[in-house]
Amino acid sequence: MSRISQAFQKHKAFIPFITCGDPDLLTTEKTVHAMVEAGADLIELGIPFSDPTAEGPVIMAADERALAGGVTTDQIFDLVVRLRQDITIPLVFMTYANVAYSYGSERFISKAAEAGIDGLILPDVPFEEKHEFSDLCGQYGIDLISMIAPTSEDRISLIAREAKGFLYVVSSLGVTGVRSSITTDIGAMIRLVKVSTDVPCAVGFGISTPEQAKAMAELSDGAIVGSAIEKLLAQYGTEAVEPVGNYVKSMADAVHSI
Amino acid sequence: MSESRGRFGVHGGQYIPETLMNAVIELEEAYNTYKDDPQFNEELTTLFNEYAGRPSRLYYAERMTNDLGGAKIYLKREDLNHTGAHKINNVLGQALLAKKMGKTRLIAETGAGQHGVATATAAALFGMECVVFMGKEDIERQALNVYKMKLLGSDVVSVDTGTGTLKDAVSQAMREWTSRISDTHYCLGSVMGPHPFPTIVRDFQAVISKEIKAQMLEKEGRLPDAVLACVGGGSNAIGSFYHFIEDEQVKLIGCEAAGRGIDTFETAATINTGRLGIFHGMKSYFCQDEFGQIAPVYSISAGLDYPGVGPEHAWLYDIGRAQYVAITDEEAVNAFEYLSRIEGIIPAIESSHALAYAMKYAPTLDKDKIIVVTVSGRGDKDCVSVARYRGEEISE
Repeated sequence: MSRISQAFQKHKAFIPFITCGDPDLLTTEKTVHAMVEAGADLIELGIPFSDPTAEGPVIMAADERALAGGVTTDQIFDLVVRLRQDITIPLVFMTYANVAYSYGSERFISKAAEAGIDGLILPDVPFEEKHEFSDLCGQYGIDLISMIAPTSEDRISLIAREAKGFLYVVSSLGVTGVRSSITTDIGAMIRLVKVSTDVPCAVGFGISTPEQAKAMAELSDGAIVGSAIEKLLAQYGTEAVEPVGNYVKSMADAVHSI
Repeated sequence: MSESRGRFGVHGGQYIPETLMNAVIELEEAYNTYKDDPQFNEELTTLFNEYAGRPSRLYYAERMTNDLGGAKIYLKREDLNHTGAHKINNVLGQALLAKKMGKTRLIAETGAGQHGVATATAAALFGMECVVFMGKEDIERQALNVYKMKLLGSDVVSVDTGTGTLKDAVSQAMREWTSRISDTHYCLGSVMGPHPFPTIVRDFQAVISKEIKAQMLEKEGRLPDAVLACVGGGSNAIGSFYHFIEDEQVKLIGCEAAGRGIDTFETAATINTGRLGIFHGMKSYFCQDEFGQIAPVYSISAGLDYPGVGPEHAWLYDIGRAQYVAITDEEAVNAFEYLSRIEGIIPAIESSHALAYAMKYAPTLDKDKIIVVTVSGRGDKDCVSVARYRGEEISE
C-alpha cells in the first residue's frame, strides 16, 4: 500500500499546504515539522510559480514572496531530502505544469521520487493532458493527483476511474482562497466518485475553520487547507512556525474527531 | 484514453484547471455547430461589412515603395476597421457565438486596450455585460482606451499582480472565468490559450488573408511574394497568413517585439528568445528562466508585450513555413514616424514592427516583387508614448 493510501486508513485526513521558500526555506522546513507534530496526515509542498492561474490573492502573494526570496526548484528538492530524514507521512508537490515541464518532465519526476515525494498535483493539467505526466509518474512510483470540480458533472466518473493516490475535490468555483461558506453539493460529487473508485477523496478550496474542515471531511475522506496557512505566513513571516503549528493542530483535531 | 485536442504539431492543447474544462468543451461544440451554419455566417458577414467596415482596403503605398526603391509595397488597412484595429474581427465572431450560446456577459483581457475596446464595443452592440482586465502598467500607458471602454459601458479592472501587463491580465481573466462560467464567455483576444481559442480566433481573423488574396489577384493578377505582420500572441499575423499557408511560394514573416534588443532581458521576442513551455492553457514557446518561471517581458508596445506566442505560429516556425524576425523599440518608432510622414498614415506601434521590417526587407528585393504588410491598427493611441520616447511630453 502506498504512503498516500495509508494516510487515509486510520481516520479522516487533514492535509495542509505550504508554499516552499515563503519567506525562506528554513521557515518552510521548521513549519513542515510543526505541521507533522500537530497531526497533519499528508502535506502539500507548493513549488512557487510566477503566474499561478488557479490561485487566489493569498497564494499568489505567497508565490511572489518565495520567488522574490530566490527559491529554486533545485533548492526545494534538497529541502525534501532533508525533510525525509525523519518525516514519514506522505509529501506531495503542488505546482504548475511549466515548472515540471521546463525542468524536463522526466528529470523533474525522477528527482522528486528520489527525494521522497509521493504525489504530484498540477492544477493546470486536466484529464485530457495528463498522460504527458502520468506515464512518467507511474514509471517512477509517484501518484499524479487528479482533480474534480463543481463543473465536472459527467466528467467525474471518467476522472475517478483513473485516479491515483487521492482525488482532489475542488469545493467551489473560482480560485483558491478562504470562503465564508461552501454551497456546492460535495456529498453528491463524492457519491459519484465512489461508484467508480475506492481512491480516497479530499476536499479543498475555501476551507479555513475547524468547523468547515470537519464538515467537508465528514462528506469525504479529508480536508485540504492552503490559503489560511499562507495568511499566517504573510502575517508572521519567519515567526510563523508556532502559529501555523497551533492552527494545524486545531484543524487536524477537528478532522480526526470524526 | 481521451486524446488531447487542438494540437499544432507539439503545440497547443488544453492546459487549464478542471473547473474550466466543460466550459471549453461547450465552446468547442457550439463553435463546431455554428462555424458552417449559413445563417451564422450571413449574420457575421453583415456585421463585418455593415458595422466594422469590411472589407478593409489593400492600399498600394506608392511613395513608400518609391522611397525604399525595392519591392512593391501594399498595406492591408486593418487600421480602418471600426474601433481602429483587426481586433474587431475576432470580437464580433466570438460575441455572436456567445450570444448563440445564451451567454449574457463577456470578459476579456487587454494589453494596448484595442481588444478591450473592441470587446466593449461588441458588448454594447449586443446588449451584453462586459468586464475588461487590464494590467495596471498598461492602464497608465493607454488612458484613452480605458476611457473608451468605460464610455462603451464596460467595467475595467486594474490588474496589479506580477508585472501589471498583458500576461497578468490574461491570468486574471482566466481566474475570473473559473469563478463565473454559466452566463459568461471569455472573449480571448489572440490566437492563444487553450483549445479551441487558437482555432476560433484564427478562423475569425482569417478574413484578412482571404481578402488580401482576392484583392491582390484583382489588382496584380498574382499572389504576393511575402506577407508581413507583427506578432505578440499573433492574431493579426495568423489572420494575414492563413489563406497563404498552402501557397508555399508566398513567404510569411512575423515581426516580434525585441524591445531594447534580443540580447537584453528587456525583450518580448518569444520565438527568438524563448523556449518550449506550458502556460496560459497551451504548449508553445515562452520567455522563461531556467526553472520555468515566466519572464517579465518588455516592449514599447503594450499589445506585443507578452511572454508567449500562439501555438500555430510556434508550429509554422518549427516546420519552417513562416519566419519570425525581431524588431527593436527604436526601429518600430522610426517606422511609426516614417509611415506617418511618407504616406500620411499613423500606424499602431504594434503594426510599426511589421513596417520596420518592411523598410529593411523591401530594398533587398527586385522591383517586380510584391510584399503585403498588415497595418493591424491605427496609431492614435500611441502618440503620447512615442512622443515621450522621443523626449517630448504631451497630454491628450
